Amino acid sequence: MTDNALTPGIASGRLDPETYTENFSDLHPPLDDHEALVAADRCYFCHDAPCITACPTAIDIPLFIRQIATGTPEAAAETILNQNILGGMCARVCPTETLCEEACVRELAEGKPVLIGQLQRYATDTLMEQDVHPFARAEATGKRIAVVGAGPAGLACAHRLAMKGHDVTLFDGHDKPGGLNEYGIAAYKTVGGFAEREVEWLLGIGGIVVETGKRLGRDLDMTQLREDHDAVFLGVGLGGVNALALDGEDRDGVRDAVDFIADLRQADDLSALPVGRDVVVIGGGMTAIDAAVQARLLGALNVTLVYRRGRDRMNASVYEQDLAASKGVRIITNASPRAVHGNGSVREVEFEYTEDDLTPTGQTFRLPADQVFRAIGQTLQGDDLPELDGRKIAVTGAGRTSLDGVWAGGDCAAGGDDLTVTAVAEGRDAAEDIHSKLMPQAG
Amino acid sequence: MANLASDFIGIKSPNPFWLASAPPTDKEYNVRRAFDAGWGGVVWKTLGEDGPPIVNVNGPRYGAIWGADRRLLGLNNIELITDRPLQTNLDEMKRVKRDYPDHAIVASLMVPVNEDSWKAILERVAETGCDGVELNFGCPHGMSERGMGSAVGQVPDYVQQVAEWCKKHTDLPVIVKLTPNITDIRKPAQAAKDGGADAVSLINTINSITGVDLDIFAPEPTIDGKGAHGGYCGPAVKPIALNMVAEIARSPELRSLPISGIGGVTTWKDAAEFMALGAGNVQVCTAAMTYGFKIVQEMISGLSQFMDEKGLTSTSELVGRAVPNLSDWQHLNLNYVTKARIDQDLCIKCGRCYAACEDTSHQAISMSEDRVFEVIDAECVACNLCVNVCPVEGCITMEELAPGAIDERTGKVVEEEYANWTTHPNNPGACAAE
Repeated sequence: MTDNALTPGIASGRLDPETYTENFSDLHPPLDDHEALVAADRCYFCHDAPCITACPTAIDIPLFIRQIATGTPEAAAETILNQNILGGMCARVCPTETLCEEACVRELAEGKPVLIGQLQRYATDTLMEQDVHPFARAEATGKRIAVVGAGPAGLACAHRLAMKGHDVTLFDGHDKPGGLNEYGIAAYKTVGGFAEREVEWLLGIGGIVVETGKRLGRDLDMTQLREDHDAVFLGVGLGGVNALALDGEDRDGVRDAVDFIADLRQADDLSALPVGRDVVVIGGGMTAIDAAVQARLLGALNVTLVYRRGRDRMNASVYEQDLAASKGVRIITNASPRAVHGNGSVREVEFEYTEDDLTPTGQTFRLPADQVFRAIGQTLQGDDLPELDGRKIAVTGAGRTSLDGVWAGGDCAAGGDDLTVTAVAEGRDAAEDIHSKLMPQAG
Repeated sequence: MANLASDFIGIKSPNPFWLASAPPTDKEYNVRRAFDAGWGGVVWKTLGEDGPPIVNVNGPRYGAIWGADRRLLGLNNIELITDRPLQTNLDEMKRVKRDYPDHAIVASLMVPVNEDSWKAILERVAETGCDGVELNFGCPHGMSERGMGSAVGQVPDYVQQVAEWCKKHTDLPVIVKLTPNITDIRKPAQAAKDGGADAVSLINTINSITGVDLDIFAPEPTIDGKGAHGGYCGPAVKPIALNMVAEIARSPELRSLPISGIGGVTTWKDAAEFMALGAGNVQVCTAAMTYGFKIVQEMISGLSQFMDEKGLTSTSELVGRAVPNLSDWQHLNLNYVTKARIDQDLCIKCGRCYAACEDTSHQAISMSEDRVFEVIDAECVACNLCVNVCPVEGCITMEELAPGAIDERTGKVVEEEYANWTTHPNNPGACAAE
């Protein structure tokens, strides 16, 4: 091994091969059959359960857990997937600690919620391993619908529309469908090519034609899409990354966290992926955490995540913050970046301590850095879009936009949390709305 | 520390915890280890007639039901009496008794219903120096098909007859082990008493099928695709056993008949409950089969602590203490009025009380938008279902309405005086209060 943790600059192969495997293995190993039964038995089968209310897709959690407890995980999976076709991915990436598991009465009672996320994974994995697709298409309607963006919102929308009997063309600008599931989530949350497998499984319903490499505004024209289809759903996500607007931001070694994560997710050989020795991540959301943790796991010696406000304002959940800390990421809050120093390549990042309302304190400090990841938010890209509400597409009801026959959902649409599960709910609900608009007699 | 020494119909043991006649007491090796572990006595695995031993199935002998985390709640067995030669067992009993003179060894017996058979085996058993005999009239499987076990226990006349023979042919204390597979446990108990038995022990196992293999549609445990009913035991049978023990203990005719309590005793607390309802000692099997002999240490320490806390100095002071409080329904106080009370600080808002009451009981719990659950006194009949389904111990309690208070459900003032159904005006057979 030529490079190691101490090698300065951006280098690959900092770890031995086994360590890469270990570092990027499943964050939560799947429950085995007995563990699932024990975990399922803890569910109280609450009346009008708070966990259902807390789930953006309103999965009937007590019912699916009871179905696991009684030895029918396949039926449990159907209960889940009926509400959330990406229940497998959501089981892995949902911040359950702020959703269903936070609402679980056993969290209130003992601080130990039922392992809803892991049980959901157990059920959906069981079904998907059998390569069963439990849903069938309704009689063909002859309606043609364009779904733009094959991320969680687009996939959920496309599946529900196909199930209703419509013919769907699912466009995506990337080489592979999946959106952030494929390109934007930490590798240890979705090991073994799960995102890709899940999309394949989802497409098993039939009636969905996938066209990759087709980006709205570059390869697709909104007017043409509307002419060629009975309805259009936009689930294009947020393609742009906010800039820091700093002196020296263009120095080598400064890049977008989303690109780093995407490279990592698509890498065949993690040891070939270079990472800095001293890494600074700027931002306070899930992307910042995912980049920081994975930089550590790739062998970066010092990883510091710097957020401009207090911890309580970070978008990353407490669980994610703790995860980062447990992996050795140092979190500095109340510090805003002021300059990127270096000669060609970044050498240091200068910060100034700032109050929660971003009032500068005049006190500055510098962190050594040979690699800097920007993770201060993403923006909607593209012209020719429906009217915006702020920086996102304005929607009313179940994703209706200002353009007739055009719906939107997921991160690109205004409102809602930017979560996978929220995107699924929005895609699903838009599909139902599209269906009722196109097929009024269906009720 | 309380003295746990036990004297049951003259049979002395260092504590009231005996291992029941069953697989754990089938041989010397086990019994020595049981005594070393702390068991006060054993009832040796049932001996049969001399001659070729019986045979057991070579497929599964046990079936089970489980609770959470595969906790064994009920066990079913189709094992028969000992399948080892009579003399082997007798030799081993003699050796163990010689080496453990302070521990109780009782021989369990099952031979055909004729005087010669009983006389013959009693003579052989007496030579071992054992402390008593227990007549196995209980096993509900296999041997009953041959006219023994529960086939005897289900016919009081046979019970009495065999007990008489045994009292005639041995000086050892005679315990009659009763089958629960009957309608009224007092009948065979009375027969045992009339036959001169010194005590009864109960319950033996209950006819049962633990489940059905839904792939091959065969009862479990399954032997080559078929199943036969077995004998059910373990924690699941305890409530049935407690009732049967208590029915005998409170019967005026049977009150003096000593009882060895059996049926799902798993902890010291179970043992204390059996004893409070009239059992002079307890016999344990499934708990040992589930956890090993060591559990007796918890039983000893737990019962000692309990007795100390209650100021009881010997187990005999515990025996029967709850019997006077066992009543007939008709004598329960109808003027005792309680209402469910939900402790909002303990409530975790699961809503199980609401679902249970709303769907299956008296619609006496309200649920607010923000999941606050409250009892509606005007509807609450104090059924206790909410208490039973609440996952938080102590969160819902039944609180007595003081005399003079108004029961909002009936609109009546709670009376201080005791009054029961026998004098209630709605009772067609009511006698006027005198």
